[in-house]
Amino acid sequence: MLKIDNLHARVDDKDILKGLNLAIKPGEVHAIMGPNGSGKSTLGHVLAGRPGYAVTAGSATLLGQDILDMETEERAHLGLFLAYQYPVEIPGVSNMEFLKASVDAVREARGQEAISSVDFMKQARECCKTVDLDQSFLKRGVNEGFSGGEKKRNELMQMMLLEPKLCIMDETDSGLDIDALQVVANGVNAMRNAERSFILVTHYQRLLNYIEPDYVHVLAGGRIIKSGDKSLALELEEKGYAWLEDAA
Amino acid sequence: MSQQQIDRAISKEYAAGFTTNIESDTLPPGLNEDVIRFISQRKDEPEWLLEWRLEAYRDWLQMREPSWAHVNYPPVRFNEISYFSSPKALKDRPKSLDEVDPELIETYNKLGIPLHEQEALAGVAVDAVFDSVSVTTTFREKLAEAGVIFCSISEAVKEYPDLVRKYLGSVVPRKDNFYAALNSAVYSDGSFVYIPKGVRCPMELSTYFRINEQNTGQFERTLIIADEGSHVSYLEGCTAPMRDENQLHAAVVELVALDGAEIKYSTVQNWYPGDAEGKGGIYNFVTKRGVAHRDAKISWTQVETGSAITWKYPSCILRGDNSVGEFYSVALTNNAQQADTGTKMIHLGKNTRSTIISKGISAGKSSNAYRGLVRMSPRAEGARNYTQCDSLLIGDQCAAHTFPYIESRNPSAVVEHEATTSKVSDDQLYLCQQRGLDAEKAVSMIVNGFCKEVFRELPMEFAMEAGKLLEVSLEGSVG
Ligand SMILES: Nc1ncnc2c1ncn2[C@@H]1O[C@H](COP(=O)(O)OP(=O)(O)OP(=O)(O)O)[C@@H](O)[C@H]1O
Ligand SMILES: [Mg+2]
Repeated sequence: MLKIDNLHARVDDKDILKGLNLAIKPGEVHAIMGPNGSGKSTLGHVLAGRPGYAVTAGSATLLGQDILDMETEERAHLGLFLAYQYPVEIPGVSNMEFLKASVDAVREARGQEAISSVDFMKQARECCKTVDLDQSFLKRGVNEGFSGGEKKRNELMQMMLLEPKLCIMDETDSGLDIDALQVVANGVNAMRNAERSFILVTHYQRLLNYIEPDYVHVLAGGRIIKSGDKSLALELEEKGYAWLEDAA
Repeated sequence: MSQQQIDRAISKEYAAGFTTNIESDTLPPGLNEDVIRFISQRKDEPEWLLEWRLEAYRDWLQMREPSWAHVNYPPVRFNEISYFSSPKALKDRPKSLDEVDPELIETYNKLGIPLHEQEALAGVAVDAVFDSVSVTTTFREKLAEAGVIFCSISEAVKEYPDLVRKYLGSVVPRKDNFYAALNSAVYSDGSFVYIPKGVRCPMELSTYFRINEQNTGQFERTLIIADEGSHVSYLEGCTAPMRDENQLHAAVVELVALDGAEIKYSTVQNWYPGDAEGKGGIYNFVTKRGVAHRDAKISWTQVETGSAITWKYPSCILRGDNSVGEFYSVALTNNAQQADTGTKMIHLGKNTRSTIISKGISAGKSSNAYRGLVRMSPRAEGARNYTQCDSLLIGDQCAAHTFPYIESRNPSAVVEHEATTSKVSDDQLYLCQQRGLDAEKAVSMIVNGFCKEVFRELPMEFAMEAGKLLEVSLEGSVG
């Protein structure tokens, strides 16, 4: 699914990723944890193709294709989805309109049949239910005035509708109340299948009680310094990161 | 016009020491009283109208071009303009769309304009005129049944001289401003509408259906009279860019809403904006104004995307008590376009109300200014205005300016003003692209969202087209 080799990237002349390696197979769930400022969000943005993020060395392929030279939207068409740590607002553009335009664009690029407005409405309403957002959110501006938790659930809704291959979820659990955490976890679990992989960036092992990861990685100083299974998350919860960083 | 009349007109010109090339049917460049006499005679106008034009011309000579607007352009040489040319003969016009500038056709296709309309817009010589002839006829029959008059203003001068004489210049006096005076002196043609008392016009009136639409030219004159308790919605323009060889456009539009009447006037302006440097684009200097009598309502909605320079302030004089004025505007400038546009709400009557919603979008190196005046006269007891003025910037080379003027001479009047400036942020674009939209689609979606409050006011089919139009006009603004 995803293969990252010796990835170096900088933002505003600051080196942030410094030789990152990661390989993800179809169907796998990888959790990435790590101290603040270690480069977790940067990794997501570099993969998604955020302008201003320059790759200085290394490679990344998604489904066998080199994505680093692709346009941002081409990576999305290929199946990459990034749920943002800080979703932005687009005032005036309704959520519905935005979702429909996105789904249309992605389906067209993937050579899939266009979906009728009626069917789309149905799907969107379903998704609203799944993420426990009121239908009225479809009519509101994209993230406009949404609470922190509502924004995160809105990200999940987009992810469900766009049917990505690789879902990168950047701290989708931060700012969620306990019930919402369960809702998000259920949503993700429902989406899990043999052809879809996930990267969960999180600070809390609690999320991993609900979504069971295949691997847990620690990202520190722009590199993955330790990988393990679920138990690593528990260990981190207990000991923090210092012991690892010292060792690295 | 009969051959005799033409001969008479021409010989008169000779008598006056004026020479013209008889064959070309177009006056040589230049403006003087003889030119005005020639125009008036060619149009077979009554004496009073000729006098009216001449007086306007004499006033114009004393006036100076306004320089207060936030626009820059080389001086217009009024003596290098030709003030009369009759419609191009069929034989001189393109024979088919193949002979028309492919770029123009490309734009038509993007806007989804049907072929026969493309032909009409591009001025193709289609004999036996296109499909809509029958549409036009049924249209006219229906209007006649309701007693609505909708014709060219030249026709109205002949058929309804009393109405024209009573109202022409009653809202925009000849001396109102430099361009209005010029228009009054040399106007070519335009629309005339009269809605009788208590009649609700059975359909939207569109310039598109007007007979004599060809070549109304650069000095268009429109007069709309809604008699007591009547109602009309009028659509001006077309989302397709019109081909026009004249650079200077100075139109005048006058609206009269008598007691309890309502006029809704919607414009989509998409004249040629010029190349990326603004070269060759239209200068659009328009005077639009309406008078609302007691309980009457005038509503202006405009979507301005074309022209190299736009200078335009559709205004309402709220003369009667309880009258209402509205102005909804989207003005988009890209590349080197310049727009200075807004409105004036003059509150004279008691409890008059006005609403101004202005959305300015600037992209490229363009400059976009909102200029608005709200005046509460001493008599305007209990009057209210609400103004909302939003600017959206795309890129960092463009500019937006806001010049709101408020004059309140009645302490009971309430004036509210809100203004915002925002940018299409890189983060918004990034979000859209991450969700699979390309940058241009993303910008047009964001811009459409920004304009929603205004598009809502447009008649349905116009609103759809307006969205598309913005998309086409914004091409090349990102990336
Ligand atoms: N535009 C920028 N200019 C300079 N430094 C930047 C820029 N963007 C990010 N950084 C820096 O890059 C580093 C990594 O940031 P990143 O957002 O990837 O961290 P993170 O691991 O996601 O942290 P958190 O857990 O707090 O979300 C931080 O030190 C941050 O300040
Ligand atoms: Mg982060």
